[in-house]
Amino acid sequence: MNYLEFEKPLAEIEGKAEELRAMARTNDGMDVEKEAAALDKKAAALLSEIYKGLTPWQKCQVARHPERPHCRDYIEALFTEFTPLAGDRNFADDHAVMGGLARFDDMPVVVIGHEKGNDTKSRIERNFGMARPEGYRKAIRLMDLAHRFGLPVVTLVDTPGAYPGKGAEERGQSEAIARSTAKCLEIGVPLVSVVIGEGGSGGAVAFATANKVLMLEHSIYSVISPEGCASILWKDAEKMREAAEALRLTAQDLLKLGVIDQVIAEPKGGAQRDPQAAIAAVGKAIGGVLKDLKGKKPEKLVKDRRQKYLDMGSKGLAA
Amino acid sequence: MNWISNYVRPKINSLFSRREVPENLWTKCPECGTMLFHRELADNLNVCTTCDHHMAITPRARFAALFDGGVFHEIAVTEPLPDPLQFRDQKRYPDRLRAAQRETGEKGAMLVAEGEMGRTPIVAAAQDFSFMAGSMGMQVGNAIIAGAQRAVKLKRPFVLFSAAGGARMQEGILSLMQMPRSTIAVQMLKEAGLPYIVVLTHPTTGGVTASYAMLGDVQIAEPNALICFAGPRVIEQTIREKLPEGFQRAEYLLDHGMLDRVTHRKAMKDELVTILRMLTGQPPAVKGELPSPPEPAEPDAAPEQSSAPEPAPKGDAKA
Ligand SMILES: [Zn+2]
Repeated sequence: MNYLEFEKPLAEIEGKAEELRAMARTNDGMDVEKEAAALDKKAAALLSEIYKGLTPWQKCQVARHPERPHCRDYIEALFTEFTPLAGDRNFADDHAVMGGLARFDDMPVVVIGHEKGNDTKSRIERNFGMARPEGYRKAIRLMDLAHRFGLPVVTLVDTPGAYPGKGAEERGQSEAIARSTAKCLEIGVPLVSVVIGEGGSGGAVAFATANKVLMLEHSIYSVISPEGCASILWKDAEKMREAAEALRLTAQDLLKLGVIDQVIAEPKGGAQRDPQAAIAAVGKAIGGVLKDLKGKKPEKLVKDRRQKYLDMGSKGLAA
Repeated sequence: MNWISNYVRPKINSLFSRREVPENLWTKCPECGTMLFHRELADNLNVCTTCDHHMAITPRARFAALFDGGVFHEIAVTEPLPDPLQFRDQKRYPDRLRAAQRETGEKGAMLVAEGEMGRTPIVAAAQDFSFMAGSMGMQVGNAIIAGAQRAVKLKRPFVLFSAAGGARMQEGILSLMQMPRSTIAVQMLKEAGLPYIVVLTHPTTGGVTASYAMLGDVQIAEPNALICFAGPRVIEQTIREKLPEGFQRAEYLLDHGMLDRVTHRKAMKDELVTILRMLTGQPPAVKGELPSPPEPAEPDAAPEQSSAPEPAPKGDAKA
């Protein structure tokens, strides 16, 4: 287990229980189960306590937790016959973006998502989930495919943002993002998007302009990272706690603002503590939305999607 | 038409637009250091008479030069919620907003107007860099939507001058949501078969570039304008190398295929007229300074209820 800073008290208790049990294993006749069980109970209570009251900054850390299930884990667990389709037919295949044909509950769909990678090698290969123009252009191509053949689109959003690189800019990062967002607004098929970790700015919008946008309980979605916001508005990157608070980037606040449609509950202690349960919850939520959108006419799907965004912003947070 | 509306009113209009430099008699060119008499600078559309550096220009001053005889009618914009997130950094957002409104005399960072340009009826929008760095808040999105709806109603082309330091962080996610919202406005124009021309001015960055500013039928930039998604400083910090000379400047983007043209501010009006008249199948225009239109343009209408346009039929998605 990889503990976050605010989980340190928990790490101590869980560590102690582990130590006791390890000692008992090497010393015959030593009975520690009672003490260890008491520690387990204490740890469980503390875990609930901590996760009930996560601050926005703590949620950012949970959303970025390296052991949180990533796009690939969701695709493997929730979809069958996943057939990755690669490339933008122009320059390259961007490994920060996964996508292809798959079946969800036997129904053929197109699934697209940011993949961050889960070890040093795959993180570098996936560019930490930061897409280049090719990633957005691949997504555009796949959305077109879905539109032509009437397949629903599921997007899984988990990116710190679009990659700020020299080549990315030269090859039209802005244009690629703009066209991807436009494509989301044009396709006449159900489009459901789930923010599973980080919804980082324009790099997220390009996939998450959907009929229904769902967010995991401890995921975040923001116009800028709290660190970036702090360094610009507070002139001090260390003020990220304040910035995270002010930006209203939590799933709970975004639901109140009418920017997202549903919050998916995470297992106790966050998705990283029980990936299987988190993945199952996401699968259930996607299934529910696809069922609701099934049978709607293409024109209606597009019109409703656009209207939702035109209406957005009429709702503020209650004082 | 009488002498007053043909001659006096345009003069008054252009005097009005110079309001922002009343006491300051001289402006130093930030590029070459020449001291420029403010009147001379304003007559040259804020372009340095020595080195041709294009300085920021307010939407009103731009419109005064763009529309025949300096006559235009403002299009009303739906007023957004003043402080939807109750955002506070070192200052409260409403205080920052009021200060910007006082300084500029404008309600927001985007001004939309209708009028004639080279006897060609158009709707135009211009982003005001002096208003909180032109940042894209809800007012900007509402203005683009109001302008597009008006253009569709009047069947006129839409010309947009972009200038923005990026997102309006104080509106958080709702700033980000202007990317899809403004994209819908562009789609309304496209579906109505109306030309949408973007003039990118210094600087156009972030989510603005990655949405409406990169979706024009024709993309023109002013010389040396910085146009990017991620700014050069962020990129240098990420890739830890020096960026090439002229990186992300208009001419560099032109070279990399991201723009159609780079055009001097003083030649912009004629160029826009030429292009728009060809796109709309009208005979060549009379060029040069024209008096105000013979008939007053239609008066300003109340903003309409935003509603999503009927989408294009399935199987006819446009890239
Ligand atoms: Zn100069």
